[in-house]
Amino acid sequence: MKTCLVVDDSSVIRKVARRILEGLDFQIVEAEDGEKALEICKRSLPEAVLLDWNMPVMDGYEFLRNLRRMPGGDQPKVVFCTTENDVAHIARALHAGANEYIMKPFDKDIVMAKFHEVGLI
Amino acid sequence: MTPLDYEFLCKLLKERSGLDLSADKRYLVESRLLPLARRHDLPGISELVQKIRAGAEAITAEVVEAMTTNETFFFRDKLPFDHLGEEIIPALLQARAGRRALRIWCAAGSTGQEPYSIAMVLKEMGAALSGWRVEIVATDLNQAVLEKSKSGLYSQFEVQRGLPIQLLVKYFKQTGEMWQLDPAIRAMVQHRQLNLLHDFSHLGTFDVVFCRNVLIYFDQDTKISIFNRIAKMLEPDGYLALGAAETVVGLTDAFKPHATRRGIYRPNADRRAPSIVPSAMPALRLVAAR
Repeated sequence: MKTCLVVDDSSVIRKVARRILEGLDFQIVEAEDGEKALEICKRSLPEAVLLDWNMPVMDGYEFLRNLRRMPGGDQPKVVFCTTENDVAHIARALHAGANEYIMKPFDKDIVMAKFHEVGLI
Repeated sequence: MTPLDYEFLCKLLKERSGLDLSADKRYLVESRLLPLARRHDLPGISELVQKIRAGAEAITAEVVEAMTTNETFFFRDKLPFDHLGEEIIPALLQARAGRRALRIWCAAGSTGQEPYSIAMVLKEMGAALSGWRVEIVATDLNQAVLEKSKSGLYSQFEVQRGLPIQLLVKYFKQTGEMWQLDPAIRAMVQHRQLNLLHDFSHLGTFDVVFCRNVLIYFDQDTKISIFNRIAKMLEPDGYLALGAAETVVGLTDAFKPHATRRGIYRPNADRRAPSIVPSAMPALRLVAAR
């Protein structure tokens, strides 16, 4: 079973994402900010990360830059999931090493399509 | 909606569009026609049927359009577009090197996601198609969906279903909450209204035909008729792409499945002369008489 780290400061979003991803046979690990997510990745790298942009302590963009610099940090597929729904943010995310990008609001079909696109399902 | 209303609508839709509704599709009719009835200030579908029976042609057309609008999204099922980019177009680039022209038909182009996905696959091939004349013809019975397709304007929800993010950034421009497709991609697609029950030989011959997720709504005789007429319009070395749940097997010998590419069919050189199954003809005559 693949592991997906869901990083979002909203417990509601984490709950929704958990429900969708568990339905797609993922084991879920949650973090409420980028720093906590990075600690989890240092212990064990997940196969996938569903990543919010705006969070306290460390935002998603900073987390991604740190993740990609870690040993093996190029391996997880990172899918942003954010309200930053403009081309400039998307371009920055891709440049920093994001594999896909979900613009909130989202539903199960969109998550499935994006995870399929990057070969996670 | 009474059983008689449902029976009337089934007959109407079969005659006008070929749509073959079984008895268990009442929910589909209700979910699509109830909003239409409300828009016309009618309390329910029975009143909508009364209007149609009284000869309200505009409402009848709206009913047919509402029932024939099918779900679609960019790069639906992904595999046919992989086949297109990896094998079909490279093979045709060699085979058509003399005339440097390609014609592709999307038989149920709907709101444009399929023909524009094809256009993006071709565009991504870059210089390989430089100097070629490429025509993508998108047809649909439903004029409203064709108009949407022509506009090339999609919601955030629509561009997130199947479209890789790199292609969104590359070929779309954000306009408010919508996304506008690049004019160069839109210009690659021609739109025409077409009922597959009618003669479509005037479209000419094609190298590739995408006829995906539309024939599932037709009865067997109509499918056979359409397949045999497509066979006459496909180049002998052309390609037919069907939906993931569709096949020609058991319906016609005009095509044979591609040896390795699932969902792709080739004209069958060994077949006997194409023939239209006689029982398919009454449906065609009914439509032609209108």
